Amino acid sequence: MSLADENTPITPDAPDADELARMRQARFEKIGKWTLPVIVMVIMLVAWDRIVVLNEIPHYILPGPGLVIETLIKDWPILFDALLVTLQITLMALAVAVLGGVGLAVLFTQSRWVEMSFYPYAVILQVTPIVSIAPLIFIYVDSRLAGLLLCAWLVAFFPILSNTTLGLNSADHGLRDLFRIYGATRWQRLRYLQLPSALPYFLGGLRIAGGLSLIGAVVAEYVAGTGGIGSGLAFRILEAGYRLNIPRMFAALILIAGSGVVIFAGLSFLSHMLLRKWHESALKRDG
Amino acid sequence: MPDLSEAVADPLLRIEGADKVFHGGVVALKGLSLDVHMGDFISLLGPSGCGKSTALRMIADLLHPTRGRITWTGSHSTQDLGVVFQEPTLMPWATVKQNVWLPYRLRGKSFNSVQDDVLEALKLVGLEKFQNAYPRELSGGMKMRVSIARAMVTRPKLILMDEPFAALDEITRFRLNNDLLELKQKIGCTVIFVTHSVFESVFLSDRIVVMAARPGRVIRELRVDAPYPRDEEFRTSPEYAAFCREASDALHEAMELAA
Ligand SMILES: Nc1ncnc2c1ncn2[C@@H]1O[C@H](COP(=O)(O)OP(=O)(O)OP(=O)(O)O)[C@@H](O)[C@H]1O
Ligand SMILES: [Mg+2]
Repeated sequence: MSLADENTPITPDAPDADELARMRQARFEKIGKWTLPVIVMVIMLVAWDRIVVLNEIPHYILPGPGLVIETLIKDWPILFDALLVTLQITLMALAVAVLGGVGLAVLFTQSRWVEMSFYPYAVILQVTPIVSIAPLIFIYVDSRLAGLLLCAWLVAFFPILSNTTLGLNSADHGLRDLFRIYGATRWQRLRYLQLPSALPYFLGGLRIAGGLSLIGAVVAEYVAGTGGIGSGLAFRILEAGYRLNIPRMFAALILIAGSGVVIFAGLSFLSHMLLRKWHESALKRDG
Repeated sequence: MPDLSEAVADPLLRIEGADKVFHGGVVALKGLSLDVHMGDFISLLGPSGCGKSTALRMIADLLHPTRGRITWTGSHSTQDLGVVFQEPTLMPWATVKQNVWLPYRLRGKSFNSVQDDVLEALKLVGLEKFQNAYPRELSGGMKMRVSIARAMVTRPKLILMDEPFAALDEITRFRLNNDLLELKQKIGCTVIFVTHSVFESVFLSDRIVVMAARPGRVIRELRVDAPYPRDEEFRTSPEYAAFCREASDALHEAMELAA
């Protein structure tokens, strides 16, 4: 990320063979991390294009990459509106998952009673596939938006809950003793010891939850089916499928995948920024 | 009652016949009695498992004695206690000065209101330049100094130290031993210091309590009648060697008792 990589102490002597090999490896990692996936993508796109052209596959069965991009641009007004809807549900669900997950985790660590009573149900909610609950949700929940949110939330909150609970309970024992000796209140212990200890765990859960809330939003929309105004990408895919508009299906798919990548990258960046000062996971390894 | 005991000041802390039996019948301590007077530097010396940490944890009120009593004279509060563990136990997410601020913070004091004390404590351990560093940027010895600064920042009457220097190299340990004595002199506190090291205990303390294991108990108490301040000269003096031999013999006795 920064130029600080070159901070290793420099001796006047030439680096030895080990050091040279290590530097070569580091340079390879740095460049390869970006170039290799790009090369793979280019190869895949070219192969895809050649297969479609050489076999003369009709575009309503498999469109070539060029046509998909064309459709993406041509249908941009429709697709972009749909993208906004899907993203809105995803982000709202993620926000509610954060509130709910962290809130429940704090409640669990404050009271063993609450934890023992409710943790099993959190697990049950998590292991029951969302597609099997979603139809029921849409029967009982009138508002389409609320239904979608509820589905996405159900999928996303568990990793935050379980990771944050783990983090809150993994505060250093010596520090806990210290807090007791200095007469910390329950609130002080939570605020100054448990929450900071839980931060790295929470952020790990958040990254998973980001992807899951997108999945939840898309799956829920498949189940909810046609919804008139305010339709998201999933609905556009279904709709295009009925009309055998395969290029638009691919275009919408690209937008969903792209959103997932952006969400993951954004959350990873957030995590890095919050932890870079002190946490092992964010420190640069030397040697 | 005008008797002789009135001449001696009341102890800061009195432990009377304290036993600690853990779950499963492990007798970690049996009949520990100890008077801690203001200004004492007491070392608890003994082989592993003789209940040194248990004794310290009882004094810190982290454990309750199964039998016996621990009483503080006068008004005691957490304000009067500082602790240093074998590990520096710093909060990795907080800077050095925030770590030292902790005892005050838990008493509801804002940083600004105690800033002078925090910086003073850091100056005492020679780390005022590192006040804004994070623990991971410090060496093991420096982290230990931060831990000591944190224990001293509120100027407690009693500081408990559980093998604070055991994980450090010998050079760093010697230096910190010297510094510790100097600090104790400056802030005038009382120290109870747990150690495995005969040399460390003789150099630092005026009383050495030698303990044996199974069951954990006191087998001997030695006095190190050498004046403070003690320095490198003391470390090489014949009297130091004599005290060390005495303590070493007592420790061997303790180990044979356990064997
Ligand atoms: N929480 C506990 N539950 C059960 N047994 C314990 C517990 N804590 C300590 N013990 C036992 O009590 C005995 C004394 O332990 P303690 O930690 O006080 O020894 P120590 O003198 O500090 O040893 P060391 O020098 O190795 O730190 C040991 O036999 C230990 O196994
Ligand atoms: Mg111990």
